[in-house]
Amino acid sequence: MQRKKECVAMLLAGGQGSRLYALTTNIAKPAVAFGAKYRIIDFPLSNCVNSGIDTVGVLTQYQPLILNEYIGNGQPWDLDRTYGGVHILSPYQAKTNSSWYAGTANAIFQNLHFMKMYNPDYVLVLSGDHIYKMDYAAMLKAHKDTGADCTIAAINVPLSEASRFGILNTNPDGSIYQFEEKPKVPKSTLASMGIYIFSAQKLFKYLEEDDANPNSSKDFGKDVLPAMLRAGEKMYSYRFDGYWKDVGTIASLWEANMDLLGDTPEFDVSDKAWKIHSRNPLAPPEHIGENGVVKNSMVALGCEIDGTVENSVLGSNVIVEKGAVVKDAVVLANSVIKENATVSYSIIDENVTVGKNAKIGNPKDPSAEIVVLGRDVTVADGVTVSKGQNHEKDIKE
Amino acid sequence: MAASAIGVVFSNMHEENVPELVRRRTMASIPYGGRYRIVDFALSNMVNSGITTVGLMTSNNYRSLIDHIGSGKDWDLARKDGGLILLPPFSDRHDKLYTTRLEALNSLRGFLQRRKEKYVVLADCDGVMRLDIADILATHEKRNADVTMVTHHGKVGNRADFILLSADENDRVREIKLSPHTSAGEAADIYINIMVINRQFLLNLVEDSVTHGFSSFESDILIKQIESLKIYRYNFKGYYAGIDSLAAYYKHNMELLKKEVRDELFGARDIYTKVRDSAPSKYGADAIVKNSLISDGCEIEGIVENSILFRGVKVGKGAVVRNSIIMQDNIIGQNTTLDCVITDKNVVVSDRRTLGGHEALPYYIPKGTRL
Repeated sequence: MQRKKECVAMLLAGGQGSRLYALTTNIAKPAVAFGAKYRIIDFPLSNCVNSGIDTVGVLTQYQPLILNEYIGNGQPWDLDRTYGGVHILSPYQAKTNSSWYAGTANAIFQNLHFMKMYNPDYVLVLSGDHIYKMDYAAMLKAHKDTGADCTIAAINVPLSEASRFGILNTNPDGSIYQFEEKPKVPKSTLASMGIYIFSAQKLFKYLEEDDANPNSSKDFGKDVLPAMLRAGEKMYSYRFDGYWKDVGTIASLWEANMDLLGDTPEFDVSDKAWKIHSRNPLAPPEHIGENGVVKNSMVALGCEIDGTVENSVLGSNVIVEKGAVVKDAVVLANSVIKENATVSYSIIDENVTVGKNAKIGNPKDPSAEIVVLGRDVTVADGVTVSKGQNHEKDIKE
Repeated sequence: MAASAIGVVFSNMHEENVPELVRRRTMASIPYGGRYRIVDFALSNMVNSGITTVGLMTSNNYRSLIDHIGSGKDWDLARKDGGLILLPPFSDRHDKLYTTRLEALNSLRGFLQRRKEKYVVLADCDGVMRLDIADILATHEKRNADVTMVTHHGKVGNRADFILLSADENDRVREIKLSPHTSAGEAADIYINIMVINRQFLLNLVEDSVTHGFSSFESDILIKQIESLKIYRYNFKGYYAGIDSLAAYYKHNMELLKKEVRDELFGARDIYTKVRDSAPSKYGADAIVKNSLISDGCEIEGIVENSILFRGVKVGKGAVVRNSIIMQDNIIGQNTTLDCVITDKNVVVSDRRTLGGHEALPYYIPKGTRL
């Protein structure tokens, strides 16, 4: 008997995430750090493993170095398997038609042979842009129960935001009768989460047809899903009511970090029944000094804090010197906030140095801009930076 | 470059010095410094010196050690050739279960014979330090020594099982004294139970000892042959924490609160340990934490001062933890006060309790206690 995997996951991780400005200059969006010790891709990967899916293709394209390094052989997620496991799938040269991934559907299409290697009954398509915990096994069960050809995970969004999403118009039984990509006047508030389960043979058929169609933009939301619906395939929505956050903008990434804080956080990463796996930093426990004040914050290993940290999320090995204040901020790994510097309502990327007495950001205010300092930036002593999300070069004055 | 040495780590030696901590574990698997076990330092020192094959000798109570070590991958020691090799007790018609170091070495003759490396580094797990073993190996080679014993100049504690060395100006060892009557606190060159020895030479010694019915590596071999063997001393000048009593365990853990000690041990960020995928620590709105080491997975609502919290510790609202070592997954109830306490793993202290000890005699609460 031929070996097979019931369900193979394909994780679209090639996105640039241009609305994250300086944070994605050198790294792909799924590799952006989140929640002190995680990267965005830890969430879909952990969801896969926790749902019993052990074969994951990660499709990379934009700035893949850090993402590839991070995933490695997949061991941190228990995805170093002899049959299955995690595989990085980058664009490749072929005898004919060598090309970059031209769209979400095209990226999956170019890796048909990867999926077919595992002879799957189902294919789960994921994106590496969201923070959430979800049991894909329950979704797969729903897919089987309804006998659907395609099941789309969906979440209710506020009406005011509905036109940013792909909206599903459904019958009472959850079957989809209309699919509208970013409608100006949405008929419903049920938004596609970009998580699809396909019956494998149907997916392969429609991907091949889509590839042959010169008018297609090779996108799932715009082309493949509407084509399936037009052809009368059974398409169902799968309602998800948990926490789900698209962290595609600076504001939403900042908010998602803040959602981890508080006595009853909106999003809990400490659930032992649904562990979020990650590649762990090699660091000793964090040290809070004699002058340290740490309140309502999340702090990763290896930090040395002798200043004040409030309502903030600190990545591993961050140093906050005496007199420095970090408030309502996200500071990523290996950054240094020097004596008497202030960082507020900002996102500080990895390896940044904020000089003595420097002032970064503004008091927290919905109308204020969140300041972003990119990777490896050094801010000179005493400098004030109160705006800008694309600081990629050292700031001297 | 192929490694020139293999390591052999003895996980059970010196356990009599800290009976509380080894009741249900080995010396090697005693938790240390918030997220480590003592063996992590020996293994990391070896790995960071280019050693890729380490035999881990165990004699009893080693379940916690196996759980900690796993395949060795967290130390980069899951290898096709060599890697981490667990060496549990072995006996047959000829060889009885070992009780001494010499018998232990005899039981791993096969392991020593199969390897190709020139040297063996023997290390016990009664010390915490950052040791450049590559430099010791280079020194050993340069001197063309048979044996190099690592010493640290320090005060003799209260332990009964120590060895003092006297060496000449060239570091050639001229006298080895086993637990001499010294007044506690006297400074001397103390052997820190780490040794480099030529592998083939070690094999010959062990086989010779079996024939002659010797039992002690130190008194029957090293002391008797001190003139004919080229035994050298390597004096380690860095920070050394000898774990020879519960008070010493407490004192040395607390030394990690000093920046210079932390910088020396952890500055290079290369001490490996088992990864547990805990969430980052959370500090509540009312948390007050001063001069403390906090590991991942902690949730702190109360006051923590001059203390070391291991992974997954919860400190309730109004609780006060001072001068204490709180091991993995403890729950400290609301309005409870702890001072100079060592709580072993999985201890639960209910609300409104007050417990205290003294730094010379910290109050120890065994693993799994519910108070």
